Amino acid sequence: MRHRGIPLALLSLLLILGLPIGVEAQDTLPPAPYAYRQLDDPVLEAQARELMETLRCLTCQSQSIADSDAPIAGDMRHQVRERIAAGEDPEAVRQWLIERYGDYISYSPQLTQRTWPLFAVPVLLVLIAALIFRRRLGGRKRDAG
Amino acid sequence: MRRLRWSLWLIVALALALFALFAVQLSRPKSDFVQSAMVGQALPPFDLPPAVEAMPGLASTDFADGQPRLLNVFASWCVPCRAEAPQLEQLRRKGAQIVAVAIRDRPEDVAAFLELYGNPFTRIGSDEISAVQLALGSSGVPETFVVDGQGNITYQHIGDIRDRDVPILLDELRRAGTGAAGA
Repeated sequence: MRHRGIPLALLSLLLILGLPIGVEAQDTLPPAPYAYRQLDDPVLEAQARELMETLRCLTCQSQSIADSDAPIAGDMRHQVRERIAAGEDPEAVRQWLIERYGDYISYSPQLTQRTWPLFAVPVLLVLIAALIFRRRLGGRKRDAG
Repeated sequence: MRRLRWSLWLIVALALALFALFAVQLSRPKSDFVQSAMVGQALPPFDLPPAVEAMPGLASTDFADGQPRLLNVFASWCVPCRAEAPQLEQLRRKGAQIVAVAIRDRPEDVAAFLELYGNPFTRIGSDEISAVQLALGSSGVPETFVVDGQGNITYQHIGDIRDRDVPILLDELRRAGTGAAGA
């Protein structure tokens, strides 16, 4: 009678895997031309790939658009590939998206007026630590001498 | 020794300030909405073919006639878009001019959707690869933008329009019309 359990396990597995797909409404249009098609030029494709891995999918927010099968991620990949094929610089494409969605869209941190303290504070802390160490060690030397 | 104690207290104060910052930031409600950075800016140029046979398509130049409009981003396959249909109809009856972009949709599906849930739109453009949606900084369906008579985006509503959002949108339209919000 053990074999009866197998279809049930299979069914529940399918339910677990299938439910999130079923709940979110999906369109029936085929994906955009460059959603799943690589660019013919391997150098450009590599650039596009690198960029896509650092862009956030809008509907599946902890995935990159390179990782996601959501239709909007496919459409974003199409935009990225088409723009890079047209000769745009990957960072210009990232900037184009940031102008629309804010820094949030990019996984690669940008140095801007708002984010510079994130980069400056660690440098400052290291400098302060170095200063403290020097004073402490210097002081000890003087004690010893 | 006295100086050391003073600096220790400073460190404690700094640590407390840091924890206070964490507490404030963590107690803020999480928002999954991605706001468009295009609010306050001109519409991106676009020209979309009609989404249904009987109605005209939508181009960014259609907005430059001095009249403020609502730009509804929707799709026939989107469930919350059905829920907001009565509110869009209510907006239309109160004088709002509403145009739309249908995302990743087929003409027959859009026609069936309008048949079922009503048609408050004067124009519907078909965006099969979400190109205009991405250019608008819109991250899903439905979303509704207020666009002033010069074609500047003045407001973005994310998600389906509920009853309480209707006066807000009418107010934003009025402000866009008087030029108080944009230009």
